[in-house]
Amino acid sequence: MVRLSAATLISPFIVLGLIACGVVPLFWFMVTSGGFHASQFDASTLGILWFTLKQALLSTGLSLCLGLGVARALARRRFAGRTLLINLFAVPQALPAIVAVLAILAIYGNTGWLANLINVYGLGGIVLVHVFFNAPLAAKLFLNALDGIAPERFKLAEQLLFSDFDVFKLVEWPTLQSAASRIGGLIFLVCAASFIVVLTLGGPGATTLEVAIYQALRMDFDVGRAISLSLLQIILSFSILVLASRTPFRFPAATSLTLLRFRHDGAGLIARIMDFSFVLLAVMIVLPPFIAIGVYGLPYINFSAALLEATAFSIFIGTASAVVCLGLSCSLARNQHHFQRLVSSMGLIVPPAVLATGWFLAVQSFEISVALSLCLIVALNSLMALPFAVAILAEGFASLGVQHQRLCAQLNIKGWSKFRRIDFPALKSAVLHALLLAFVLSLGDLTAITLLGTQGVITLPALTQQQMGHYRSHEAGGTALVLTLLCLCLASVAQFARARDD
Amino acid sequence: MRKVFIALLSLISWTGVAVAKEILTIYTYESFVSTYGPGPSIKASFEKNCDCEIKWVALGDGVALLNRLKLEGKNSKADVVLGLDTNITEEAHELGVFGAHGVNVNLVKVPGGWTNTEFLPFDYGHFAIVYDSDKIKVPPTSLEELVNGDPAQKIILEDPRASTPGLGFLLWMKSVYGDRADEAWKKLAPRILTTAPGWSEAYALFIKGEAPMVFSYVTSPAYHMIEEKTSRYKAAEFSDGHYLQIEVAGMLEASPHQALAHQFLNFMLSPAFQNEIPVKNWMMPAGETSVPLPDAFGQLVKPAKTLLFTPGEVSKNRREWIAEWLKAVNG
Repeated sequence: MVRLSAATLISPFIVLGLIACGVVPLFWFMVTSGGFHASQFDASTLGILWFTLKQALLSTGLSLCLGLGVARALARRRFAGRTLLINLFAVPQALPAIVAVLAILAIYGNTGWLANLINVYGLGGIVLVHVFFNAPLAAKLFLNALDGIAPERFKLAEQLLFSDFDVFKLVEWPTLQSAASRIGGLIFLVCAASFIVVLTLGGPGATTLEVAIYQALRMDFDVGRAISLSLLQIILSFSILVLASRTPFRFPAATSLTLLRFRHDGAGLIARIMDFSFVLLAVMIVLPPFIAIGVYGLPYINFSAALLEATAFSIFIGTASAVVCLGLSCSLARNQHHFQRLVSSMGLIVPPAVLATGWFLAVQSFEISVALSLCLIVALNSLMALPFAVAILAEGFASLGVQHQRLCAQLNIKGWSKFRRIDFPALKSAVLHALLLAFVLSLGDLTAITLLGTQGVITLPALTQQQMGHYRSHEAGGTALVLTLLCLCLASVAQFARARDD
Repeated sequence: MRKVFIALLSLISWTGVAVAKEILTIYTYESFVSTYGPGPSIKASFEKNCDCEIKWVALGDGVALLNRLKLEGKNSKADVVLGLDTNITEEAHELGVFGAHGVNVNLVKVPGGWTNTEFLPFDYGHFAIVYDSDKIKVPPTSLEELVNGDPAQKIILEDPRASTPGLGFLLWMKSVYGDRADEAWKKLAPRILTTAPGWSEAYALFIKGEAPMVFSYVTSPAYHMIEEKTSRYKAAEFSDGHYLQIEVAGMLEASPHQALAHQFLNFMLSPAFQNEIPVKNWMMPAGETSVPLPDAFGQLVKPAKTLLFTPGEVSKNRREWIAEWLKAVNG
């Protein structure tokens, strides 16, 4: 069903336009200022590529496994603290990398609560922090996919006396498989582009492509090398996404009576032990760093003017980015072909440092005001959150079902009233989820502010950065706690709004 | 409705008048102008004596400033750039956008004196190994002792590819060991806990207690003495000298506000500016102050010998030395 109407082309046009606005000026700059040197790649490039692949694959694999196990447990069981855990899963993405690293070090570091349990300085630590960031995200996205399966299927499975394994294989897996390839692709991109975590815990031996790009663009200001390394990163990301998007067969969504969701599978002892272990493992990985943030941050929360200002800017930027991101993602999520998927992932494929620098070149003849800075920050953030929002909304659109659409066509329900009465109620939960995730992802990002410079714009992560830059790492802990609480509040509000409908 | 319209119009014309003041655009690094930095009070005291307004444009650090100038070239909107250091002034000079500062260099008080007529120092600091005296009773007294010390006592460094202090330590090693720097790095490697992307990450890890030593400044202990009333963190005095960082400013030749930019650079070496440096930028003042330095500064290490490469040497060799470092620590 490929309908290329004008409306469906607006989003790709905007996204690709924004990417071009970054890449073209930088390319032009390279051509006019010395050009592309030969021998951009040497033996070290291969080592860099290998390390990038190794750490990203490990991090992605572990995040997916843990996320999948936890999502299944959360989907079929109700227990005290379940909602809180799901809400907490929304928060790690909002933390600036260094805050997450410090929180993990408070547990496993040399003077941590569980010192010497594992060696965090090296590949182990890098992967641990990446799992802390991404396993909760994977769990939320998998849970979202599982919730999209019509309850009738589970009822049918129960009537047919399916074993737990059959339920997994025949009911859950077809949905999970396509979700896994998509989520895996995105998490891989995020981990491959990780920078602060890799440098802080890995040291000079742990050079990823992103580190090399940063060095080329910042220390050496060698635009040619930066672009050629970016090309390498783009090719790598591109291949991963193409591999991941070879999505296998998937059930078309059937009309559902939206029955109450009761699942009776997984009653056996082994299933219980498995679910319990996965939830316990997730709690053990996700919860302690937040406890550390709370313990070390609480005495240092200082409600200064700077903190309030940063909170206000953060809420504004987060909200604006989430709304723009949602606007862009609707038409991209509706038609799920390779083209749309690729377009939606552009913000992760093209290194943000390259984009931001190119954008700066594009707008430099204008007066860079607060308003313009805000626009650029919001644009970069929404591009980076776009693939995740699209992933969530795609599940929502898939659950609308083909029959629904046919029925609407028969009854001549279309346009605004179709959207308001038929589509929106079904999509509401996905929309809220996408908004929340885009908000949280935009909050944590520092790339835009760091590269474009602050013109009086300061967000909570930027404030923690400033405080650390002035010896005030304790106060930075307080600011990080405020950031955490803000995200937790929002996640609870979104959860509450969704629960009210059910 | 009409009243609202008139009110709006008058508001617009009023702000129009306010904006008509001469505006001096200064590019600087972010921590200089943050709430905790010296920027806000310096802006206020300069604006008192001129019918003008300072507009700060804050970027990450000195290297980010240089890159911004490279991107903008001759079309830069900056009138003054404040926050480059001597490791990158050669590259800044080669851009050909800076003009003569026109300030009497005899007013500059930095170790080794100052003669450059294009860039003008506003503060300086010697790098040092800062240690936690609760954990280290006998600190190293030379770079040689640091390199050969107990590998169980770790140090946190900064990455020379991403950070200015990181480059500072690399240059320090190079100025002491010369051609044997790679061997020294290999010996030091087991003592390095990690190489953080920047000073703030490294220092935060140090405060968290991850390692008993960090690469920072001689002035760092002053912060803890003044703001936290503790002398737990100390700088180790090295007999073979300390590497120096001098932070400078310059004015752009193409700036339409030459007179005002010149006035600012003169102001920069005056007490009104310099008084803010020690306790807000935590560096040593490069000019006359009107109030004595806080007592804590009297207790700081006073390096007997200063190590410093010329900007030309750094610019010529930086890439090669970084490659050498990368090979040595990974080998």
